[in-house]
Amino acid sequence: MSVSQPYVSVRGMSFSRGDRLIYNNMDVDFPRGKVTAIMGPSGTGKTTLLRLIGGQLLPDSGSIMVDGHNVPDLSRKDLFDLRRKKMGMLFQTGALFTDLNVFDNVAFPLRVHTDLPESMIRDLVLMKLEAVGLRGARHLSPAELSGGMARRVALARSIAMDPEIIMYDEPFTGLDPISMGMIVKLIRGLNEALGLTSLLVSHDVEESCAIADYLCLLSDGRVIGFGTPEELMNEGNDEVRQFLRGEPDGPVPFHYPADDYRADILAGVN
Amino acid sequence: MLAKLMDKIQAVGRTGTSVIEAIGRGTLLLKNSLLWGGPGSAGFHDLLKQIYSVGVRSLIIIVVAGFFVGMVLGLQGYNILIDFGSEAALGTMVSLTLLRELGPVVTALLFAGRAGSALTAEIGLMKATEQLSAMEMMGVDPFKRVITPRLWAGIISMPILALLFSTVGIWGGAFVAVDMLGIDDGAYWGNMQASVEFYEDVVVTWIAVYQGYDSVPTSEGIGKATTQTVVISSLAVLGLDFVLTAVMLGGV
Repeated sequence: MSVSQPYVSVRGMSFSRGDRLIYNNMDVDFPRGKVTAIMGPSGTGKTTLLRLIGGQLLPDSGSIMVDGHNVPDLSRKDLFDLRRKKMGMLFQTGALFTDLNVFDNVAFPLRVHTDLPESMIRDLVLMKLEAVGLRGARHLSPAELSGGMARRVALARSIAMDPEIIMYDEPFTGLDPISMGMIVKLIRGLNEALGLTSLLVSHDVEESCAIADYLCLLSDGRVIGFGTPEELMNEGNDEVRQFLRGEPDGPVPFHYPADDYRADILAGVN
Repeated sequence: MLAKLMDKIQAVGRTGTSVIEAIGRGTLLLKNSLLWGGPGSAGFHDLLKQIYSVGVRSLIIIVVAGFFVGMVLGLQGYNILIDFGSEAALGTMVSLTLLRELGPVVTALLFAGRAGSALTAEIGLMKATEQLSAMEMMGVDPFKRVITPRLWAGIISMPILALLFSTVGIWGGAFVAVDMLGIDDGAYWGNMQASVEFYEDVVVTWIAVYQGYDSVPTSEGIGKATTQTVVISSLAVLGLDFVLTAVMLGGV
């Protein structure tokens, strides 16, 4: 696999939930070693895309290649092997195990997947915790952590097995400015230090533009814009610009589709 | 009118298929978690922890309930048997009733209320807070780590609890009969036989973990799943009890 090849490559992928078509024959590539922010209005299925890449959902058709492996075709065992060796995911809530303390949460994947002696696990866990600045919080239980701290612990846990790709699900939601700044710094820093491929799902235009090498804008199950933040800001189509600038009306209408207003009101009178 | 009727019929059909689907998913869950891992799939320590939380924590309710049920049986039985002059058979009656019927059934019902609902809520919460997803994304199979040890903990601890319930119940009966009503010691402790029903125990734990795993991952969903666990488990226990009793006594 050469460096120039995309790390994740989606081809002709369709996915529907119930009767609703979420993705229709979508093609998209996520470049290796870069931070790509996946953005788009609520309900476009951004998180769904992460779950499809992680193999937690199966597409109706099409392929999702992660570093040369077609995720939907993998057997359960191969899928778990792929996740263990290559993938990390940071969930919106952090998803820390509530019955384990901070140290044991980070040690969990190491203990399950490796036969390392406890002294080495201790060193590794402390290194990961130091990277997110929470080495001193190792004895706390998840209930004692603030939202931002929980997310940093979860980040330490998701890099415990040294993945090649990390997927961040809404990492900025509900954080105070300081915690937000920390997470932004960590995402950028880890990407550079570990040579990771990072996928980031977010609504926050400002933060995403600040750390992402590329933006991928989704709407109605298709990619409406892909490029560097500057490219999209300046050259994107109307829909892209409306989203990035947060304009209330435009190609995405303010009004939910409805009958003619006048006729609708008068219908009540008659 | 016709359309409404058709809607009703369709609703019945939909419920039917979704029930059958749920049974199918539940069976797969049972198969996967029992075939893929023995009791120690998540480590012996974890199994002990689960046995503690499902088994040991249910001890008090089981023991206290057993004692009271035994005492009531002793009193009731004495009042009936004395009319026939056969109060010497009281011990046999109490012990047989407890071991064959009340012990396993009441234990299973109490277990469904105490441990089953807690299991469902715990697993449901793990699902709602994405802990199960996080585990999957770490390459750790939640079946093996979460479901299997809890199933085994239930399977291991329920028969013991049922036996304890019956034992304490028999003591409760003895307390009333021998100490309070003055029945002969030797007559009470006469001929007692044992036969324990395992199946109900498996069913309760199975329903509990399945409901948790299959719950809608919201607070509302967890509440609903917890109620479902108690309702479905209780009905399943009583239904299964009839079938097993019929088979055991060979009457049907």
